[in-house]
Amino acid sequence: MSAAFKRRLTSPVMWLLPFALIFGAFQIAPLVWVMISAFKTPTGWGLANFHEIASSAFFRQAIWRSLEISFMSSVLGLAIAAVTCHSMQRCGPRLTRMMIAFTNMTSNFAGVPLAFAFIILMGANGMLTLMLERFGLLEDFNLYSRTGLIVIYIWFQIPLGILLLYPAFSTLKTEWREAASLLGANRLAYWQHIGLPVLWPSLAGTLTVLFANAMGAYATVYALVNTSYNLMTIRIANLVSGDLFLQPELASALALVLVVILIIVTLIQQWLMRRSYHVTSR
Amino acid sequence: MARLRRVNLYTFIVTSIFALLALPLIATLFYALATRWGASLTPDALTVKWFLELWTTPRFLAAFGRSLLVAVGALALSLLLIVPVVFLAHTRYPRLDSVMNGLILLPFAVPPIVSSVGLLQLYAGGPLAIVGTPWILIPTYFTIVLPFMYRALANSLRALDVASLMEAAQLLGASPLKAFFLVVLPNIRVGIQIAVFLAFSFLAGEFVFANMLVGTRFETLQVYLNNIRGASGHFTSALVITLFVFTLILTWLGNRQPAEQEMPADDPDEALTTAITDGLPGPLPSADPEPRHTTHQSSDSAPRGDR
Repeated sequence: MSAAFKRRLTSPVMWLLPFALIFGAFQIAPLVWVMISAFKTPTGWGLANFHEIASSAFFRQAIWRSLEISFMSSVLGLAIAAVTCHSMQRCGPRLTRMMIAFTNMTSNFAGVPLAFAFIILMGANGMLTLMLERFGLLEDFNLYSRTGLIVIYIWFQIPLGILLLYPAFSTLKTEWREAASLLGANRLAYWQHIGLPVLWPSLAGTLTVLFANAMGAYATVYALVNTSYNLMTIRIANLVSGDLFLQPELASALALVLVVILIIVTLIQQWLMRRSYHVTSR
Repeated sequence: MARLRRVNLYTFIVTSIFALLALPLIATLFYALATRWGASLTPDALTVKWFLELWTTPRFLAAFGRSLLVAVGALALSLLLIVPVVFLAHTRYPRLDSVMNGLILLPFAVPPIVSSVGLLQLYAGGPLAIVGTPWILIPTYFTIVLPFMYRALANSLRALDVASLMEAAQLLGASPLKAFFLVVLPNIRVGIQIAVFLAFSFLAGEFVFANMLVGTRFETLQVYLNNIRGASGHFTSALVITLFVFTLILTWLGNRQPAEQEMPADDPDEALTTAITDGLPGPLPSADPEPRHTTHQSSDSAPRGDR
């Protein structure tokens, strides 16, 4: 063994290799594989998989429903989270602390257990369902329908939204509001000229994160409706691990469509940010 | 007078959102404690028998053990792989840090379902046929805890000013390795602990990879819960509550503020806000052993709400 080789062996770069290997094999390689196999056809290479997705009403419905549920739940979740953060600024520190701690916990409580909790609360014989029906406030709520799914999605979007928005809301200084009102601005004017411009980047960024979160959500829906509700993630999973015939190339193509949608949404957000007026001092 | 009313309104809003978020959990807890619950509004009587039955079920205990095993394996692997990288990025190769900050976005940006399509194809056969064994979960879990493990460790090291610390140790005659183990590691121990607890609670709730890549062949807690959907609702409720309490304890341990040392850590607010205003595809968690504001604990949330 030459001295030079020995030195290379003990060089710091060697310490980076194991990380690069594992990260490459389990994060980058699967992604690259998806990109490649999406264009594989029985006869060679081409866009046949994408053609099949585009021409199938079933797949189009899955894409559309995913987009719809994600959009609705992220917008409503963001609105609720924003109102909550704003209110947290103005109530006692103890309540705020408790709320932050609780959202920390609940953000880790999603997926299968959440679906089960919702079945107990709002299923056909759920406690809340029975109670509301008893008081005549509810006609027929179906947890396994679009509305039911949006409700669950909103539930797991709120904690994430609060955790992401809270820091931005705490940058709003009380002095600004006071200064604005001294200069004769009413609440609307304050929000229009100070509050929203300052918060806007965080709101847009959080909305993107929530949307991506909902688009990629699988565990909750799977536990709730198994495969009976047609969503992109459910379709992808079914194509690679269903009980019928497997079509991994088609799954790859659909997964790639999902990734491209997320990229497009992120790019739109970036573009909006660039056009927007920045106040944040860094 | 009007001001007072407004304050009450804000408190009311926060309290009602809190109640709304807690509602499914409270309902599940009641259900887990009920002897029988027909189509009435109240349970017949309260009991802990469901919990006792659950905790004495061998299949549950086995699943619990498997979840622990995979999480411990994944965390050990993460530390082994990430610590050298994060250390070098903050001592020798400052450019590596920005490369890493870009790389760790991948696990955020790519939904687990997409990764699992590729993983299933790559490791189902051939030289590395590890699909269906815990061996595929451990490295995959490493990738999903990477973002916030890296951020947590990077924050600890930055707070330390590790470069000058290493220099001082080496001036005093320690080899780089010795300096690392005797000086740096003890100083970032708290940061590592916090990251590990939070990663643990996050992995305990992971379902997508566990179900897609391994499923019942190595049944972890979440997969077990999904598989016993046909069992008594009270029994599954007891399992849901057990899982939640487990997560609660881990999150609490992770967010506890260590009293034994003072560390001027990065402001998590700033890290998060910057991450978002830069339009990154995910929140960047940052371990913050000592939040500067008492009102805000570090937002070490899991990067995805649904796993």
